[in-house]
Amino acid sequence: MEIPYTDKARPDTGLYNAKVGLWLFLASEIMLFGALFSSYIMLRVGADEGVWPAVKLAWPHHLLNVPIGTFNTAVLITSSVTVVMAWASLKMNNFKRFRMFMVITILCAFAFLGIKSYEYNEKFTHYELRLKDGKALTGHLEVNGKHPGFWSPSDLWNLPRLTSSNVTEVKFVADPMEGHGGHASHEALTVKVDEISHLDAFIPRNHTFFAIYFTITALHGLHVLGGALVLAYFTFPGAGMWKTNPEQFTNRIEVGGLFWHFVDLVWIFLFPVVYLL
Amino acid sequence: MAQTTTSKSGAHGVHAAHEAHHDHHELGFMSKYIFSSDHKVIGIQYGITALIFLLFGFFLVGCMRWQLAYPGRAIPLLGGLLETFLGKDMAAGGIMQGDLYNAFGAMHGTIMVFLAIVPLAFGAFGNFVTPLQIGAPDMAFPRLNMASYHFYFFGGVVMLASFFIPGGAARSGWTSYSPLATTAQFGQAFNGQTAWLIGMVLLITSSLLGAVNFITTIIQLRTKGMSWMRMPFFVWAQFVTAFLLLLAFPPLEAAGILQLMDNVFHTSFFLPTGLVVNGAQLPVSGGGSPLLWQHLFWFLGHPEVYVLILPAMGIVSEVIANNTRKPLWGYKSMVYSSICIGFLSFIVWAHHMYLTGMGTKISTFFQTTTMMISIPSVTILTALFISLWGGSIRFNTASLFALAFLPMFGIGGLTGLPLGFNASDIYLHDSYYVIGHFHYVVAPGTIFGLLAGIYFWYPKATGRFLNETLGKIHFWGSLVCMNLVFAPMFIQGFKGMSRRLYDGGATYFLETDPTALKLNIYITHSAIALGVFQLPFIWNFFASLFVGRKVTNDNPWDATTLDWATPTPPPHGNFLREPVVYRGPYEYSVPGAAKDFTPQNQPT
Repeated sequence: MEIPYTDKARPDTGLYNAKVGLWLFLASEIMLFGALFSSYIMLRVGADEGVWPAVKLAWPHHLLNVPIGTFNTAVLITSSVTVVMAWASLKMNNFKRFRMFMVITILCAFAFLGIKSYEYNEKFTHYELRLKDGKALTGHLEVNGKHPGFWSPSDLWNLPRLTSSNVTEVKFVADPMEGHGGHASHEALTVKVDEISHLDAFIPRNHTFFAIYFTITALHGLHVLGGALVLAYFTFPGAGMWKTNPEQFTNRIEVGGLFWHFVDLVWIFLFPVVYLL
Repeated sequence: MAQTTTSKSGAHGVHAAHEAHHDHHELGFMSKYIFSSDHKVIGIQYGITALIFLLFGFFLVGCMRWQLAYPGRAIPLLGGLLETFLGKDMAAGGIMQGDLYNAFGAMHGTIMVFLAIVPLAFGAFGNFVTPLQIGAPDMAFPRLNMASYHFYFFGGVVMLASFFIPGGAARSGWTSYSPLATTAQFGQAFNGQTAWLIGMVLLITSSLLGAVNFITTIIQLRTKGMSWMRMPFFVWAQFVTAFLLLLAFPPLEAAGILQLMDNVFHTSFFLPTGLVVNGAQLPVSGGGSPLLWQHLFWFLGHPEVYVLILPAMGIVSEVIANNTRKPLWGYKSMVYSSICIGFLSFIVWAHHMYLTGMGTKISTFFQTTTMMISIPSVTILTALFISLWGGSIRFNTASLFALAFLPMFGIGGLTGLPLGFNASDIYLHDSYYVIGHFHYVVAPGTIFGLLAGIYFWYPKATGRFLNETLGKIHFWGSLVCMNLVFAPMFIQGFKGMSRRLYDGGATYFLETDPTALKLNIYITHSAIALGVFQLPFIWNFFASLFVGRKVTNDNPWDATTLDWATPTPPPHGNFLREPVVYRGPYEYSVPGAAKDFTPQNQPT
């Protein structure tokens, strides 16, 4: 038994099966990210005014690093170009060029993820501090002579944890204050724990902005990772099909490329919505 | 290609199957029944798993009904088992506790909708029948199809396992409204709700793979001559259903991810600022929106209603056309109506939310679209009713279930109108009236449609008929009991009985209106009788595999569609030769024709 139209296009639709399937899958993905973008809008519109320290904003999106985000956007767009070049190389029967462009694509994907991890690290080690006298600051924390690190739950501090660990005072290097001349003071303040009313890193539980930022970008990151792994499979272990069934192999690259463009497109919406607007 | 499958020439097919099947080779048990990529085996896997879940969902509500009729009395027979398996805080002395009632309620809804009805309607019938009816050798992506069943299976396992984790299964209703779903077991990192969300993500993945596969199959693998308007209505119904699943489920997946973040990482997507639980402010950042969960949930939830009903309409159409020996009346209108339903079902969701305070203007919009969607639904039902007109109807069991579907779904649909209107919904919302309404749609509606399908296609799948006498006992018993169970709920609803009460309304009605409480007892007894009337079916379903009357011909119902042009049961690859379609799907009783049916693949 053979399923028709696995590699050749059906005459009346002009499409082979996998292409139809992939477009449908992308439609579903659009609904998934569409729902998350809608949630972003609804949460932002409904956010409470003036809860963020210093700038009195409801939505502290200014904390994201725009130059790095822009650079990452460029990295993804480059990978989108190279994946098309890879497919075009196959169409021109040039397997070597195909492999070169695919390797660039995959490297771009991992560069994107590396840069994203750097951004995550920045947020996980950045703290919001409120004192009982109403003063509020953002900056970096030092507890027992150590700076908290990335992705280690034992390094994440908040007020209940400080109290239960019998820490009496912490050091805090505050960020330059916006709108106050921007003078950077890199001297550490010593803060007594019983003066603190709130302390938490820039992590999901601290503010709904971080919650939605991390959720959407992490889900997008998973898509990047998944896409990169599949493309890597096509480039190395799965490339044998080029010899046995070049037509279907080219189709696979086309379909994989379509998914890759989608992942890229999500970021192109994500970047302005989360970083700029 | 003059393959005429008439009642006589088709008879050779059973034996010819083996000879003609050139790439036939014996498969091991695992690859034949567990890891099969054959759409028919997957369909049967889906069907049997879903029927087991259907029975389990019925068991859950059986326990709840006992508690409603006799609050605080130990459940006979099963109470001891519940205490042994679920612990004293759930069923001390065999008496159902409040938490257990809530868990069973939430899981009854979840299991019935996501693990029983949809897998049976879409996974089982869609998988088994759709490729046969369009003349395809299999689904477009057989291995994805297998993965789809496995995701469904593991989703079911997670849901079942959640009864046994500390604190029990999810207990915040099948709709899992936040903030309750987050605060009900706040502080317990892995609780029933978390398991529910993980289970849902698996089920959503399963339905996504299924939907992509169905649509691709229907677009790409229609056989020669099978143009869009020659497709049986069943295929159209599955086609629209697949689009609903494809596009409506992802927002629930998004919502599930957000709620998972709320439960596990203590974010506040659905938790408003200043939320106080048990007298203390919840230690979360706040700033979230409970309304957002409801929007995302019902964006799936309402199209899901049509996912439940459209496949049943498809089955009923096939059975009615076949047993009235007449073409469907208004086939094209039915097709266009189902497409209309598909579009409109995406813009009616907030009629579940009139009481949330989302605003009168928004309510008015959704009230309007809700009234609009009743038009295509009524069109399909009317077309089916008119199809009966002047027919010489064969009253076999399949046909009886299909015929009963029409008025039962009619009651379900008409009682929905007062819920679609904002003003009357404010009174009826969250009362037993709502329970009565949607159970009429789903239980004697959809389930009857599905049972009709089981009696109709069982001979094709197994080569043997189900027993007609047992079938008729099953039908009449179910029809009477279904009505005795659900009709009194309208009365209770009008009296204002809330659907969430664990004591069956005693808190409110003991003094003022004991008759409403008495109805609980009648309903419970009817529900038990309904359960008893399923026993002949269960026996019939399994025993007929071995003792059922054998099918002597590939087209035992004298049907016209391609699913009856295969050998019985259809081999791997389905058709002996690629079928060619020459005509529309319902050429019954064509004047001047030799027989009262002309199969689609009979050359002109």
